[in-house]
Parts: sequence; structure tokens; C-alpha cells
Amino acid sequence: MSKILDDLRYADSHEWVKLEGDIATVGITDYAQHALGSIVYVDMPEVGDEVTAGEEFGAVESVKAASDLISPVSGEVVEINEALEDSPELVNEDAFANWIMKVKVSDASELDSLLDAAAYAKICEE
Amino acid sequence: MEENLIKTCLHDRHVAQGALMSPFGGFDMPIQYKGITEEHNAVRHEVGVFDVSHMGEVRVKGPEAYKFVSHIFVNDVTGAPDGQIFYGMMCYENGGTVDDLLVYKVNDEEYFLVINAANIDKDVAWIKQHAEGFDCTVEDESPKYGEVAVQGPKAEETLEKVLGIACKDIPFYNFKTFEIDGEEVIVSRTGYTGEDGFEIYGSHDYTRKVWDKLMEAGVQPCGLGCRDTLRFEVGLPLYGDELAADITPIEASLSMFVKLDKPEFIGKEALAKQKAEGVTRRIVGIELEGSAVPRHGYPVMVGDEQVGEITTGYKSISTGKSVAMAMVNKPYDKLGTEVEVQIRKKRFPGKVVKKRFYDKNYKK
Repeated sequence: MSKILDDLRYADSHEWVKLEGDIATVGITDYAQHALGSIVYVDMPEVGDEVTAGEEFGAVESVKAASDLISPVSGEVVEINEALEDSPELVNEDAFANWIMKVKVSDASELDSLLDAAAYAKICEE
Repeated sequence: MEENLIKTCLHDRHVAQGALMSPFGGFDMPIQYKGITEEHNAVRHEVGVFDVSHMGEVRVKGPEAYKFVSHIFVNDVTGAPDGQIFYGMMCYENGGTVDDLLVYKVNDEEYFLVINAANIDKDVAWIKQHAEGFDCTVEDESPKYGEVAVQGPKAEETLEKVLGIACKDIPFYNFKTFEIDGEEVIVSRTGYTGEDGFEIYGSHDYTRKVWDKLMEAGVQPCGLGCRDTLRFEVGLPLYGDELAADITPIEASLSMFVKLDKPEFIGKEALAKQKAEGVTRRIVGIELEGSAVPRHGYPVMVGDEQVGEITTGYKSISTGKSVAMAMVNKPYDKLGTEVEVQIRKKRFPGKVVKKRFYDKNYKK
């Protein structure tokens, strides 16, 4: 059973988001890292890039396949997790501690359409 | 569509062992058990076993078996001792590749061909069509055989001790036929991993017994995921990636297996012409800076010009480098040529290298 944290919001494409003020921290879920297997590369956006809710902002690569990352929020990328450049496997070790990007959100109400922990847990069971 | 997938004789074992299953070449095959990396390393450093029962087997038998095999096969089996195995291709008249295969010489009047799962129907039809006029029979024996590949530095020890098969004396690319429990079992020192190893062909019942014994002995079951990473690292081609109906063996940089001094074989004229005039493109290796992963179909660029396409790419498990095989136009195939690979929205610099990213460790 994969780990799901109660205080986060989730996208059905298996990203999590945590909003603090107008800064959203985004990563992939424990379920996603487990399904992908050993992660060998995280393709991250650059600071200053604009991301759009529902659109691709990068990719996570396992040995076998590349999976697109879908942004759960819209806004400007203000920070990326540079530790993942050299150590992408950190995502496998703890997907919630090892976030991928921080976004200054342009519309915080977008988070309302995301799933809460209970709803996301259901998706993972399917 | 999925309900039409063929199940190998070991299918129930894979499911019971919790393998991740996926369609491959019309079969429902295990991609991984524990994880591609763990399985890959087991084969590189210890031993692992693959279910390769999906591979096709064709027996050519009759007074003109040698003449016919010489006609459809680009490599030269002339003068070989019984028990020797050859790797090579069957080609169309235009030089494009029907399939790559192993040819086992039983004797001058009997050959055993091992072909790719995805190509069984196509190959058998093509072989039978070209066998007309030759005094030999062509039998598709694929449904009869199960096959496992035991691969890795401890493969020999595993066959001897766990399976009780006396394989020590089988040289590289040779096979022996054993009578075990009243049935015929073929054991060859071959594989698709770059490591020492054996492939064992037997009945479905025998194959299940072999698998169960290996599992009891704790041998790592391996899926097709690491079969691909292993063969890729040592530069072995996969039909569909580096070889295809529109890719000749010369373009695939496999001309060492094409014996143009043979009197005749299908495709000889086209291949001889290509060899003489030079190819316009060929398969090379590419090593990228950084660790983005090049994958099949990604464009290879020089400036604004697309000069090729990735055929297989990985972040190599054995070396940690991001490397690929690619079909690249001349003159960009030269070693050291600086290229870029387009990966999603970004381009990553790299250079043309030899397509062997890890040294083979065969026991010859």
C-alpha cells in the first residue's frame, strides 16, 4: 500500500501539491514512484518558466519509460529541486519529501478542483 | 485484443510470482519481477533465467537442407561441424531484413532455425514460399517447444549443479542434444545478454520442470525489460529497432555476418551493391552528456538538420551513462561527430561512439 499524506491535494495524473501562501510545491506521489520503478532522470522546467494547470511541465524517466509530468496549477516556476539533477533516485526514497518544483500560483482557486487524500486513495485502488 | 495473446508454458508461474506482464510479439510476457535493475545486475554478476518460450523454432530437413539454408541465410554454414550455431539474417531481394536468427546445424540434412516471436508467421510463410523447388521440408515447431535462457557468469555452474546438465564441454555457439526423461532436449551456449549462458529447448513439461528447479535453487527470474537493457549494452540488435524490412544488415552495421563471397543467397546482389557503393546511413552509438534518456524515435540533430533517429536508448544500468543506438545519415556516422538529441522540448549534446557500451563476457 502506497503512502498518501492527508494535508496535500492530488491530481489524478499522480502529482501532489501543497499550497503555502501563493507558493505551490509540486511532486509526484508515492504511488507514482512505485509504479515507475527506479527513476533515472527527472526532466524539470527552468526557473521563470510559465506552467499551466493540466499541461505537461516535464517528465520522470524510469529505466523503461518516460512519463510526462502534468502541472496541477498555473503560474511561474520560482524554484526547482536541484538535488534531483544528480540524484533522481531520491524520488523513489521519499516522493513527498523530494518535491520537483515550486510555483507562484496565478489562481489559487485551481486547487479546489484537485482531489483530497480520500478521493486520491480511491483512484489508487482502482 | 489482449485476449488473443498467446501464453507460454510458464505463464502461470510468472503470474503466481507477481511479474509485471505485458504484450510482446503477440505473447503475454513478463517484463519484470523484482525490478529491471536488480535483474540486469543478477545476469551481469551472478545468474538469471528468462522465459524465452515465445521464440520461434523452424526445422529444415531433407537432402537439400544445406542448399536451401544457404539460399535464405546471409551467413555461411559451409563446412561447419555438426553442432555449430550461426547468427545471421534472412533478407529480401532488396536487402531489407526479413528477420535475424540463429541457425543450428544438426547435420548437412537438418537445420534448426530460431526466429523472433513477433515474426513467426511472416518468417514461416516466407521460408516455405522460398523452399519450393528444394528437396527439403520446413516445419514450424514453435508450438512444441518451451525455451529458457540461463545467463550470467554462474550459468554453467547452475546447469551442471541445479539441472544436472553436462554443459561444460559445449563451446560458445555450439549445442548438444540430450535425452532427458525420455525426451529430446537441446542445450546451446548462446544468449542475448553479452554474458556466458545457455539456452535450453524442450517440451512444455520439461521447461516447467527446469523453471521450477531453478526457482527452488533461488535463481533470479528475469523479464524482457532487462533482456533489452542487457542486449543493448553490448550492442546487439533487436528486430524492430535496429533491423527491419527497410533496414539492411549493412545499414545495421552487421556486415560481418553477411558473406558476400558465397555463390548465392537471397538479397546478395542488393547487399553487394550497397557494400561496394557505401551506405547512406547506418547504426552507430551515441553517448550523451548528462543523464537525460534518449528513446526510440527521438530525433538526432546537427544544427537545424535532423540527421538520424534513436533506435534504442537507455541510461545504461552497468555504466550509468546515457547512451543510444541510432540510425544516422552519412557523414554524421563518423566516430566523435558532435550531435544533439531532441528529448521532448530540449536538446542534449552528445557524440558518436562505438555501439558497444559494455564489453561482452563470453566464455569462448
